[in-house]
Amino acid sequence: MCLAIPGQIEHLFPGTDLATADVSGVKRNINVGLVREEGIAPGDWVLIHVGFALSKVDEEEARANLEFLQGLGQAFTDEMAAIAEDPVAKQRGG
Amino acid sequence: MRFVDEFRDRKIAGDVAAEIARLADPGRHYRFMEVCGGHTHTIYKHGIEDYLPPNITLVHGPGCPVCVIPMGRVDDAMYIARQPGVMLTCFGDMMRVPGGDGSFLDASAAGADIRMVYSPLDALRLAQRNPGRHVVFMAIGFETTAPSTALTLLKAAADGVSNFSVFCNHVTIVPAIKAILDSPDLRLDGFLGPGHVSTVIGCRPYQFIASAFQKPVVVAGFEPLDVLESIRLLLKQLAEGRCEVENQYTRVVPWDGNPKALDVIRQTMELRPYFEWRGLGFISQSALKLREPFAAYDAEHIFRIPGVRVADPKACQCGEVLKGVLKPWECKVFGTACTPETPIGTCMVSSEGACAAYYNFGRFTRERLQEAVR
Amino acid sequence: MTARPELEQQVLDRIESFRRRKPTLREERITMAHGAGGKATHTLIEAVFLETFRNPLLEPLEDQAVFSVNGARLACTTDSFVVSPLFFPGGDIGDLAVNGTVNDLAVAGARPLYLTAGFILEEGFPTADLQRIASSMARDAAAVGVQIVTGDTKVVERGKADGCFINTSGIGVVERDIHLGAAAVRPGDAILVSGPIGDHGITIMLARGELDLVSDLTSDTAPLHALVSRVLDATTAVHAMRDATRGGVATILNEVAASADVSMVVDENAVPVRAEVRGACEILGIDPLYAACEGRLVAFVAGEAAEVALAAMKNDPLGREAAIVGTVRAESPGLVLLKTQFGGTRIVDMLVGDPLPRIC
Repeated sequence: MCLAIPGQIEHLFPGTDLATADVSGVKRNINVGLVREEGIAPGDWVLIHVGFALSKVDEEEARANLEFLQGLGQAFTDEMAAIAEDPVAKQRGG
Repeated sequence: MRFVDEFRDRKIAGDVAAEIARLADPGRHYRFMEVCGGHTHTIYKHGIEDYLPPNITLVHGPGCPVCVIPMGRVDDAMYIARQPGVMLTCFGDMMRVPGGDGSFLDASAAGADIRMVYSPLDALRLAQRNPGRHVVFMAIGFETTAPSTALTLLKAAADGVSNFSVFCNHVTIVPAIKAILDSPDLRLDGFLGPGHVSTVIGCRPYQFIASAFQKPVVVAGFEPLDVLESIRLLLKQLAEGRCEVENQYTRVVPWDGNPKALDVIRQTMELRPYFEWRGLGFISQSALKLREPFAAYDAEHIFRIPGVRVADPKACQCGEVLKGVLKPWECKVFGTACTPETPIGTCMVSSEGACAAYYNFGRFTRERLQEAVR
Repeated sequence: MTARPELEQQVLDRIESFRRRKPTLREERITMAHGAGGKATHTLIEAVFLETFRNPLLEPLEDQAVFSVNGARLACTTDSFVVSPLFFPGGDIGDLAVNGTVNDLAVAGARPLYLTAGFILEEGFPTADLQRIASSMARDAAAVGVQIVTGDTKVVERGKADGCFINTSGIGVVERDIHLGAAAVRPGDAILVSGPIGDHGITIMLARGELDLVSDLTSDTAPLHALVSRVLDATTAVHAMRDATRGGVATILNEVAASADVSMVVDENAVPVRAEVRGACEILGIDPLYAACEGRLVAFVAGEAAEVALAAMKNDPLGREAAIVGTVRAESPGLVLLKTQFGGTRIVDMLVGDPLPRIC
């Protein structure tokens, strides 16, 4: 039962642990009791599991992760390009 | 879909795969275990193995909370369901798990009131809306799901609901991993750690794997790019002679876990001295039960469950599959006597079971598959 | 990567031949799985109905039967509707009844002519609701140009039918010189889908209310006879068509692959799915390929004619988002493969169990 999905908080019901979350246009009421103490507000992204927010999604971290991964490809491409430019390396078959 | 589609990007996948191929030592065969059934599901559903070189094998671990429920406990749940006035609620996966005498689906066909719910709060709501019935929620799952059951219990108590109880089958991940590490049959080079369990318990609990057993661990997310990247990080550790616990799933997993979640678990539940795991036998301190103050919500207090230990059918090799000793197709009854519609064991029933994943998604050797799609 | 690929292949071959064996019904009682449109349904149909009623017209197990009477080629079909709830965003059980029956005829290339409508009503069912349903059916029938010419009415005690069940049959005439059916599908054919999949199944699931999910989705219930005409006018190279209902597109692909003894490869990125359907499916762990539709068809068209067929679909208001989603292959017959969004490959098997009970 590890199925959990990121959703965006639309609305918090005051005085309760309930919030409305949006996942790609589908809305569900979820319980935010487990992430309340970190501070939660409309617009935040949370990880939703069986109707509860388990954790907040750190958008900065997500962006950093992706940029790093995109960079991997770039680094590889750059390296290949550098080798292509370097006649000595080409000679060596690098 | 944000935070989902970006992590399913084909182009980035190709780049990470190239890095993996570069890091993997061609003279070595790597065996990495993905502990969590959710990872097994992702691996097969997205066809991640297509991106791996032939010298990396992914070994499927026991982290499928449905798969590890012994038949006797399923029978106990059915006993509860058959009591007069009871409505048994459970997650969808449980409906087809075979007990000693059929599944919940069969019991429902024979007249028992068994309903699927998406959330334990839905079960509580059913209790509040049906005052004449007693609603039992069969709680399953690792530490990922236990906090949700815990909050539901606290809410039931706060709202004074008297016709609701929980049949608690929550299990904890670390003892299962220890059992794998202690197993003599298994040679593993590293672990993909359970990402969602870790949002609750954090990454520290896995330190012993790196320090005492000298195996690197990368706590991995569940999108296919997370899994590929985690494999890359494991290879990098091995290549650099490091042996640590690393967190790949930083966008969601805090190193120290979720204190509030741990707190509500502690308020409502405690460790059982031991619990039987299908295929792994009895493991001490590996499962949760309700604490005494919540006895009024404990189905095991309210109902006198038979508690009979039922041995797995002789033909069933779920235990070995759960430990990663056998690949699903190596089980003697895989695909013939044991199929998703006629399951013998739990690995074939749960959406996170290795056998179900392989049968439904991967039932084809890599070479033939790639030939067919060319 | 397995260390013993030959051994694994042997096991997989053994499983394949096991899967092709004559189906036997093991269960003593009917379960909800038997109604899902997947494996259990097929086993039930083959083991009980096909075995017992066996005749050449029934054997192909198409959505309709086509036969000749005094030189005219007629198509006939039957369908039952047990959807719950009866009224949902986008329509009601009456709309499903008329459109669904029309579609079963249309995919044989038939011009729909006459429908029958049998009602099984539950004691206590509001007559105003019955009138609403009948009005929907009249409106839909008029829009298509068919008449509901005969019917039947039964009432059962409270609790024995969920308000209202409808059974229909439909008669049409095949005026074109075509023989559509799975048997005609061959390697090289393109697989087309007429629009976004899963709208109906997910709408119903949300309408049930138990899952507490809310969205703007509506059922895609619609008659496809006009869309089919456009395609058949545009090209004679259509080999088969099926309307996707319960069990979804995946079920059709598996059925046709098995009937025609071919394999199929589908590109997940090419399959149109609305964002909300994806969202609901991700939340619940369901694959949209298995979610029901009620106004979508899957067409198998000769490769060379694919673009022409696609353009014809897109000309129809119901086909604006049509797409070519895959191809039919000869290798590994019976297998339906998916090139995933991520670029890996996996199998798309026949549905097991019943993720969404009573959606049609």
